[in-house]
Amino acid sequence: MYPFNFEYHKASSVSEAISLLNQHDGAKVLAGGHSLIPAMKLRLSDPGVLIDIGKIDDLHGINASKGAVTIGGLTTHSDLAASIVVPIGLSETAGTVGDQQVRNRGTIGGSVVHADPAADLPTMLVALRASFHISGPTGNRTVSAEDFFTGMFETDLEDGEILTAVEVADEQSGTGSAYSKLFNPASGYAMVGVAAVVTVASGKCTEASVVLGGLTPSVMVASSVADSLVGVKLEETSIAAAAEAVQNDLGSDVLGDIHASADYRRAMAPVYVRRAVAAAVERAG
Amino acid sequence: MATRIFGSSIKRREDPKLITGEAQYLEDIQLHGMVHAAVLRSPYAHANIRSINVEEAKAVDGVIGVFTGKDFEELPALPCAWQAGGVDNNANTPRVLEIERVTFTGAAVAVVVAENRYIAQDAVGLIEVDYEPLPVVVDAEEASQKGAPQLHENAPGNICMDWACGQEEGTEAALEEADVVVKQRIKNQRLIPTPLEPRGAIAQYSPASEEYTVWMTSQAPHVMRLLMTAFVFGIPETKMRVISPHVGGGFGSKIFLYPEYCLVAALAKKVGRPIKWMETRGENYVATTHGRDHISDIEVGVKRDGTVTALKVKTYANLGGILSTIAPGIPTTLYGRMLSGVYKIPNIYCQVLGVYTNTAMVDAYRGAGRPEATYLVERVMDLVANELKMDPSELRRKNFIPADAFPYEPADDILAGLKYDSGNYEAVLDRALEVTDYKAFRQEQEKARESGRYLGVGFSSYIEVCGVAPSAWVGVGGQGWGAGLWESANVRVHLTGQVVVTTGTQPHGQGHETTVAQVVADELGIPFEDVIVQHSDTLGTPFGYGTYGSRSAAVGAVAVYNSLQRIKDKAKLIGAHMLEASIDDVIYEDGKVHVKGAPTESKTIQEIAGQAALAYDLPEGMEAFLDDTAYYDPPNCTFPFGTHMCMVEVDRHTGQVDIQRYVAVDDVGRVINPMIVDGQVHGGIAQGVAQALWEHGVYDESGQLVSGSLLDYAIPKASFLPSFELDRTETPSPVNPLGVKGAGEAGTIASTPAVVNAVMDALSPLGITHIDMPLTAERVWQAVQQNGNGG
Repeated sequence: MYPFNFEYHKASSVSEAISLLNQHDGAKVLAGGHSLIPAMKLRLSDPGVLIDIGKIDDLHGINASKGAVTIGGLTTHSDLAASIVVPIGLSETAGTVGDQQVRNRGTIGGSVVHADPAADLPTMLVALRASFHISGPTGNRTVSAEDFFTGMFETDLEDGEILTAVEVADEQSGTGSAYSKLFNPASGYAMVGVAAVVTVASGKCTEASVVLGGLTPSVMVASSVADSLVGVKLEETSIAAAAEAVQNDLGSDVLGDIHASADYRRAMAPVYVRRAVAAAVERAG
Repeated sequence: MATRIFGSSIKRREDPKLITGEAQYLEDIQLHGMVHAAVLRSPYAHANIRSINVEEAKAVDGVIGVFTGKDFEELPALPCAWQAGGVDNNANTPRVLEIERVTFTGAAVAVVVAENRYIAQDAVGLIEVDYEPLPVVVDAEEASQKGAPQLHENAPGNICMDWACGQEEGTEAALEEADVVVKQRIKNQRLIPTPLEPRGAIAQYSPASEEYTVWMTSQAPHVMRLLMTAFVFGIPETKMRVISPHVGGGFGSKIFLYPEYCLVAALAKKVGRPIKWMETRGENYVATTHGRDHISDIEVGVKRDGTVTALKVKTYANLGGILSTIAPGIPTTLYGRMLSGVYKIPNIYCQVLGVYTNTAMVDAYRGAGRPEATYLVERVMDLVANELKMDPSELRRKNFIPADAFPYEPADDILAGLKYDSGNYEAVLDRALEVTDYKAFRQEQEKARESGRYLGVGFSSYIEVCGVAPSAWVGVGGQGWGAGLWESANVRVHLTGQVVVTTGTQPHGQGHETTVAQVVADELGIPFEDVIVQHSDTLGTPFGYGTYGSRSAAVGAVAVYNSLQRIKDKAKLIGAHMLEASIDDVIYEDGKVHVKGAPTESKTIQEIAGQAALAYDLPEGMEAFLDDTAYYDPPNCTFPFGTHMCMVEVDRHTGQVDIQRYVAVDDVGRVINPMIVDGQVHGGIAQGVAQALWEHGVYDESGQLVSGSLLDYAIPKASFLPSFELDRTETPSPVNPLGVKGAGEAGTIASTPAVVNAVMDALSPLGITHIDMPLTAERVWQAVQQNGNGG
C-alpha cells in the first residue's frame, strides 16, 4: 500500500493535460483514480508522473441535444446511474459498478481507457454503439466503442491522448437497453456481464445489439445472438433460443478464476443473455 | 427499586469517539523521532534460506538499518502457549525473523528501518535473498500421507499432534449395532479473519530505565507482555509496558504473539528511536493467522426412529507451516469436546490430527473450534433426517438433551468432566418455528417446487462454550492451556463518588465501557454517568487474560461484580458507623446504606465514599478508601445455545443462493445490554453466512495464496444479506451470579450450518445431500447439473 515515488501535475485544461502528457514519458492520467491508485499502491504500476485532470471543467457533465447524449469523461458512475437523459441500460450498468464509494469517485472515462475485461461500462457502451471523443497532440478524433477496445487492458488510445467524452444516441421509443450481471462476490466485477439493446416494431425485433463482458479478454459482440433476434417476435422461447447462439460467438478464449471457471462462465452466458434481452424487450415496450 | 440499568439498551458510550474519528488507532499514534519498519516476506511457501544480501538496501538514502534473522539469533523462537492436552505436541514456532528456513509464503525474513514507510518499502525491494525452494504441500490430509514433503524434523509425517476424545471401542460397537449408518466427508474451508484494521506495533525503549513501551493491536496486552518478557526477551515483566489503543477488529487474529511485535520491540532498542510497523492488507492476508481448515470424515449411527446412537469423527486440522500461539488448543479442546452439540449422543469418539502444511498459521478465528464442531453436528442431523425421511426439526427435538437434564454431562467423558450449565433447547426451537411460521413455509415450498422454484429452510440448533474455565480444568494439567483463565477487575469509589473500574479484558468493539458500567451502576445504585471503565494498558490495570472466547462478560464482568460485593460490604460497615447503628441493622439498597425499616435513616454511597477517603472518622482499625480487586476463576464454562433458521431460494439456472429470511433465536443467559447483544449477533451471522456462501482462503499447489486480496477474498457486503430477525429466550447461567453466558460468537457459530442446510433442503428434490463450502454459485450449479440436469 506504499507506491513508488511519483511526480504530480494538475492540469487546468485539456490542452495543458495533453502538453504535460507529452512532456513526461510514461506519465499516466489521473481521473477518479479507482483503478490506477490501487495498482500503484500495490506497486503493480509505476508511472513516475501523474497528470491530474480532475479539475478540468470541460470534462464534466452530461449534455443531451439533437438526438445525442454527450457524457464528459469525468462523469462519475454515480452521476451516470442517476441520469435520466442517458439510455436506461447505461444508468443501470453504472449502478452495478463497485460500491457507492467507488461509484462516487470512479469515472466513465477512466473505466473505458482502463479496459478491464471484467468492467461493466465498456460492455454497455459497445452495445449502445457509442463513440469516444479523443484529444491528442495532433488534434481531435472520434472512434467507435467497438473499435476502441482492442484487447485485455488494451485500447486504441495512443500515447499522449486523452479520452474527453463519450457519445451515445438518445434512446428512442421502441428501443430498450438492459444489463444483466453475474457479480464476482469479492470484487463486484462482472464474471459475466451482458448488455442488450433491442428495437421492436410491430411486435418484431428490427434491430439488436448484444455484447458480453467478463468472459473474454476484451468485450465480445455476440453477433450470432443479434442475428437470431432480428426479424423474430420476441417472447420467452425465441429469446431463449437466440441466447443459446452465444456459444457460437464465444471462442476458446474464455477466462476463469477461483470464483468462476471458464466452463461455468460459458454455461452462464446464455442465461444472462436471456435475462438482459428479456429486460431490454420489456423496456422497448 | 430504581429502574434497572442492567438489561437496558443504553447507547454505547464508546461510539461518539469512534463515529467522529477521534478514537486513536495504532496508525494514528505519532511519537517524536519515530522511524518506520517494513518487513521482507518469503515469496516461497517452503525454502531454505542460503544467504541474504542487504547491502543495496542499506545504501538507500533515509534507511537507518537493515536486519536479518542472524541479527536476532539470541532471541528464542516464540512460545506456543496452548499445546493440546494429554498428548505430545511436536511444536515448532516462528522466530522473530526466520534464519534457515521458511515454511509458508509470507514468513518474515528481513526488516528495513527507515525515516519513512515509503523509503522502507523501497529498500525492502532491494534486499536479495538466495532461496533454495523445497517441495510444497498445502492440504492437511495430503501432508499426513507417506511421501509428502516434510516440514519439520521433529514432526514425522507433518503431525504436530494426534489427539482424541471420547470412547473409540464403545462408539465402534454402537455403529455396528445401529439400524442406519450415515457417512460423509465434510470440509470446513480455510478463512481469513480480515479485521478492518490490520496488525501493527509501535515500540519505544528507554536506555536509562531499560524499559520498553509497546503499543500493539492486541486483544490481550497483559498476555503479550508476559510472553514477550518471560519467553522471548528474558527480562523482568516489569521492564515492559504494553498498550492496546483502539483496536479495529480482531476476530481472534489479534490474540496471538506475532514475530513482528517482538521484532519492533527489539528494533527500538537496537536503533535507539521509537519505531512503527503497520502491515498492509496484503501482509495481513499472508502473514496474520487464518482460521478453520478442517477435513473430517464422520460416521453417525441411528435407530430407525431417529435416535442418534453414535458419532465417530476423524479430523485433519491444518495448522499451517508453523504454530501460532494457541493453535493446537483450538481443534482439540474447543472442537472435539463440543461434538455432542445439543444432543444426547450416548457414544462419541473424535480423533484429531494436527498437521503442518506450507500455509499461513491457523489459529482461533471467531468461534474457534466451536463453529467447526457445530457445522459438523448440524450437517449430520440433516443428513440423518434426509436418510430417514424425517422432518429435520423433529429429528432434532427427538435427540435434544431435555430441559430437566441439566447440569448435563455429555457421554464418554467428551467434555473431560465438565457439565453443560443450563439449557432449554426445545424452547428456542419452538420459538424459531413460530417466528418463521414453519408449516406455512413448507406449504409454500411445495407450491414453489411445482413451478420449478427451489426454496429451502435450514436449521441450526447450536451450543457453544464461553468463558472457558476453570483454570484447574483448562490449565497445564488438564487441557494444556499454559496459564490460568480467570479474569480480574479493580473497583475504586473515589472521594467524589465517581467510580473507576479497571479491567484485565481488552475491548475491541465489544462495548465494555458501556456494559461494565451498567453492571456497576446497577449494583451500587448510582448513575451510569458516574462510572468509567479503563482497560487495555498493562500500566494501571490488573493482570488479565484479555478478550476472546466470549469471556469478558461471563468471566470479566463477574470479577467486577465480586469486587462490588466487597465494596458494598465495606460501605455497610462505614454507613452503620456513620448512622451509629449496628452492622446487623443496616442494609445496602438503591445506592444507600439505611437502617432496616427506616429508609430515611440513610447515608448515600457518595457520602460513605467521602467518609472512606477523608478517613477522619472510620470504624476502629479500618483502612481508608473503597477499593477492591477481584480475580474470578469460574467453577465451570457457560454454554449458550439457540436455534437459527434460514430460508433461501436457489436459482437453478445459475446456482446462486438468495437468502430470503434469517431468524435467530438465541439464549445467551441474562443480557446486560440487548442492543449490544443484537449487534454481536448481527455481525456474527454475517460472518457465518459468509463462510457458508463466499469466503475461502485458497492456496495453489505451489503454496501461493490465490485469495490474497479483497479482490479475490469475498467478505460479506450488507447488500448480500437480508434484514435479520432476532429473538431471544433467557435461561440464566447458574455458573455465575450475573447469570450471563456470553454472546460474542454465537452468531458465527450458528449461522454457517443454517445456511448450508437451507441450500441442501432446497436441492433435496434433486437428490443432493451435501456440497462443501463455500456454496458458490458455480459449486451449486455443478451439483444441480450432475444430479438433476437443472430441472
